[in-house]
Amino acid sequence: MHPVRKKRLILIGLMVAGVGIAVGFALNAFNQNLMFFYSPSEVIAGDAPEDHPFRLGGLVTTGSVQRQSDGLTTQFDVTDNEKTVTIQYTGILPDLFREGQGIVAHGRLNEGGIFVADEVLAKHDENYMPPEVAASLKDAHDKATAPATGTTATP
Amino acid sequence: MIPELGNFALILALCLAIIQAIFPLVGSLNRTPDWVALARPVAWGQFVFVSLSFGALTHAFLVNDFSVLYVAQHGNTELPIIYKISAVWGAHEGSLLLWVLILSGWTVAVASLTRNLPEEVVARVLSVMGMVSIGFLSFLLFTSNPFERLFPVPVQGGDLNPLLQDFGLAVHPPMLYMGYVGMSVAFSFAIAALIGGKLDSAWARWSRPWTLVAWVFLTIGITLGSWWAYYELGWGGWWFWDPVENASFMPWLAGTALIHSLAVTEKRGAFKRWTVLLALLAFSLSLLGTFLVRSGVLTSVHSFAADPARGLFILIFLLFVIGGSLFLYALRAPSISRGGGFANLSRESLLMGNNLLLLVITALVLLGTLAPLLYDAFQWGKISVGFPWFTSMFVMFTPLLILLMGAAPLTRWKQQDPAALLRSLRLALGVSIAAGIVVALPISSGSMSAGLAVALSVWLLTTLLTSLQQRLKHKSGIGGLLADIASRGGRSYYGMWVAHIGIAVFVIGVTFVTQFDIEKDARMSPGQEIQLNDYLFRFDGVADHKGPNYNAQRGTVRVFREGKEIAVLHPEKRTYLVQSKPMTEAGIDAGFMRDIYVSLGESLGNGDWAVRLYYKPFVRWIWLGGILISIGGLLAASDPRYRMRVLARLRGSRPAADNLAAEGQA
Repeated sequence: MHPVRKKRLILIGLMVAGVGIAVGFALNAFNQNLMFFYSPSEVIAGDAPEDHPFRLGGLVTTGSVQRQSDGLTTQFDVTDNEKTVTIQYTGILPDLFREGQGIVAHGRLNEGGIFVADEVLAKHDENYMPPEVAASLKDAHDKATAPATGTTATP
Repeated sequence: MIPELGNFALILALCLAIIQAIFPLVGSLNRTPDWVALARPVAWGQFVFVSLSFGALTHAFLVNDFSVLYVAQHGNTELPIIYKISAVWGAHEGSLLLWVLILSGWTVAVASLTRNLPEEVVARVLSVMGMVSIGFLSFLLFTSNPFERLFPVPVQGGDLNPLLQDFGLAVHPPMLYMGYVGMSVAFSFAIAALIGGKLDSAWARWSRPWTLVAWVFLTIGITLGSWWAYYELGWGGWWFWDPVENASFMPWLAGTALIHSLAVTEKRGAFKRWTVLLALLAFSLSLLGTFLVRSGVLTSVHSFAADPARGLFILIFLLFVIGGSLFLYALRAPSISRGGGFANLSRESLLMGNNLLLLVITALVLLGTLAPLLYDAFQWGKISVGFPWFTSMFVMFTPLLILLMGAAPLTRWKQQDPAALLRSLRLALGVSIAAGIVVALPISSGSMSAGLAVALSVWLLTTLLTSLQQRLKHKSGIGGLLADIASRGGRSYYGMWVAHIGIAVFVIGVTFVTQFDIEKDARMSPGQEIQLNDYLFRFDGVADHKGPNYNAQRGTVRVFREGKEIAVLHPEKRTYLVQSKPMTEAGIDAGFMRDIYVSLGESLGNGDWAVRLYYKPFVRWIWLGGILISIGGLLAASDPRYRMRVLARLRGSRPAADNLAAEGQA
């Protein structure tokens, strides 16, 4: 083999090896950082992990939002219209959080079966819609926008 | 009537795009000068018709023509005029129209600024741009027509999403699209070169300023978006690794790799195939980004299914562009000559390393963005990729990137003696390690990350200074520097210089705001005070406030430092009248070294409010970095050597154009 070519191959080989190792680490970390989504029914059925954080989403049950005396801790129920799970969150809820609205929460289950959230996300607009609740939310969403425009965007 | 004219103009534009795609290309291949000469006038014609169409839609918004479905959905009589205009691109159909307008604008720019290029090259480039235009115009006309009528005509429109009623977001999409679409110029140059079978450094020199300008627009667009998210979303974040953001970031990363690779191709004739591939990749990612965002694929797999026509069109177009260009590449690649050789340690090899790293990061961002889609498609479960993962990926790869970035300007092309390189890097290395250790010491910050960030930034700064010193060795004083900036190739160098400084500033901003920001959510009663770091916040209650098209509850928060009042902030909770969506408007006291940021949560009764207080050190440096990077890009794109032949030609052939030439020089 031509010596220049050989040198070039060694250089490329080294670079590829380095990048390969880094990508290996990246993919390993990737697997550990995946957050799976569970619906309230799946949580009640015991499918959700007990020792690992996950995401829980659904519609906020009407009349379930309770504020505790410190003013910043809120407790509310989410439902997928089958089962209901209680979520507890300390902090400021997003603007679009309200009863009947679809939300996604990040957090984990405590011993009492309450989902303690460290983050609650509500829909900002169509572009920020969490895909998981889309199916159950789509109807609600269409109902919310339809009166304003007189039409629905879906054919 | 006017909307129909707009629609008709769009159809005419499509017809012209078809002519533009076919005749100049065929003419350039079978040497028919008349057909080649069609390229420029047809490009202008297309631009005129798309502008008319865009004007028609804007007109419909301005006169509140709610018989147009799109206007009825997103317009409103009460909207301030500026938002009536920005509402044109506030949703899917109109933003595609903007895309097409910008594409035809870039086409016209290429048509008029390339008089110094061989006619058949220009003809091919414009033809390829015509093909892209056909794709978008037919997508617009057949699946997303903005001029569709609505009957019965509603009395009032659905209003623009309140989040979008903001100056930052009025200008953010056009900037971003200028970048996305600008990548089509680099793409078209690459395809034209592949068709012609002539890839040389002249091709790189022609395509380089265009790519740089597109990349600058992309940088500005992303920076604006980040700034907007920071002040508008009300929780002080500046980047969320949201799919929509990633969609703009991936073409930026690929574009960054491309401008560096183009530099190697222009200067040394090397990396030709790689550069072509990057040009194809950058534009493909731009397309992917536009489509992912605008089709709603990412936001919901179900909305994809809800409009199968759009989804299918998108997929076919993407496959056509990517598949077609790769096929052409595969045909031509074997005949592309090898460029200049280089040693294992040379500027080429360092730039190759930087390119690889940028592509690895691009691939990882792509993985993180598409993984939820893939998992869902294969029914492996519904997942999201955590914010921490993206962040740790960056922490892993960016330091390597910056090490190379610092060393490359001090490394010679072709071959570098390792000992000599080490000698010139010695000082920079010592200074940056020392600076990093000083910052990381427990008595100063105690943060390893901050130490690393400072070390990397100082590394960039000192290596850049060393390289400047070497460059100016035989020149003296400010005069020497200015002469050097004005010289041929000078602005390329100083553009690089400024942009790399921008990266250093950006790294400091990101790291410091992540490491040292302080956030507190609190329940506050009127008159209550809370101490945060050196700052004392006093909440003076909330009062009603009336805006043009919203009602607000307006808080007053006074901020004191060392007993002195330094700011009065008015965070608001707005309710827009039409869409009745609540919106948080943060109160921000901006500063070079820190921002104070206050936003209102919700009313807790008795005049008490949930309030969010932030201290954000160095957050402005993030956007300052973005601005410096953009300035650097513009400086490099304005290098006189890209215009030399234009000027010479103008002078030689048309004496009357002397004024113009002088202007261009000034």
